[in-house]
Amino acid sequence: MTELGLTPFLVLAAFLFACGVFCLATKRNAVGILMGVELILNAANVNLVAASRFVPELRLEGQVFALMVVVLAAAEAAVALAIFLNFYNNHGSADVEAAKELKG
Amino acid sequence: MNLAVVLFAAVAAVTALGAVGVAASRSMVRAGVWLLVTLAGVAGLYFLLGAEFLGAAQLIIYVGGTLVLVVFGVMITSQGPFAVLQTKRMEWVIGGLLAGGLFALLAVASMQLGQRETTEATSPAVHELGLSFLGVGQGGKSYLLPFEIVSVHLLVVLVAAAYLARAKKRVDPDGRRDPIETTLKLETLPAGSGQPNSSEARP
Repeated sequence: MTELGLTPFLVLAAFLFACGVFCLATKRNAVGILMGVELILNAANVNLVAASRFVPELRLEGQVFALMVVVLAAAEAAVALAIFLNFYNNHGSADVEAAKELKG
Repeated sequence: MNLAVVLFAAVAAVTALGAVGVAASRSMVRAGVWLLVTLAGVAGLYFLLGAEFLGAAQLIIYVGGTLVLVVFGVMITSQGPFAVLQTKRMEWVIGGLLAGGLFALLAVASMQLGQRETTEATSPAVHELGLSFLGVGQGGKSYLLPFEIVSVHLLVVLVAAAYLARAKKRVDPDGRRDPIETTLKLETLPAGSGQPNSSEARP
């Protein structure tokens, strides 16, 4: 584990983050955008846990904050899905392009 | 090549493959399956890093809970077994450029960060985590307040989600109440009014 170091984990987290951003930019289905957000949150979590392993000052904090992120992600998914269901009831589609009512 | 490197390479490959699958797959059902692979891979990374409790929590909460929510969302909002929303080519290009640029930036930053010599700490045991959450951890580290805030937040959010997602009575602009509005909405819509975009591809 020691010869692995922090860098591979950070690079993998950056890759997960990039995939999540790509999801956000290209998906038109609202649930797909939610999946992109999940990817981004997981990337942040990988960073936190890797830091808790390899940076002694963050030994406890990394895992504590990662647990907080997991809970917040679950809460976010629940509310986002409730909003999407409402949106689907009102527009008959999960396409975010249909949400144009607040557009100027 | 020792065991840790081989294991990391395998788990990282699975995770990255899943992430690419989520980003690239057009069908939401397939994206959900790829998301399952990614989340399980991230749980494997936590186990590799010695965070057993976090890995178990990831498996239980994400793979067991959030993913089920997402799959239900896909099932409820999909308009057909193979309905796919097409993305414009320009959006693929812009998204790819954005994601590639961000990845390059973060990778360079990670390389520089990795230059510092890292000392490997022993990962905290589960009882240490629990004690610090309850404010009686060693070294004066107390996360009782964030723990309470997060738990109350979770309660509020779940109540709000149940409130938002309920089938509600809607009052029409002319004051007529239609109690079964929500269930009959799709059938009573005029043809095509619910789908302003005609770019739904159905094989």
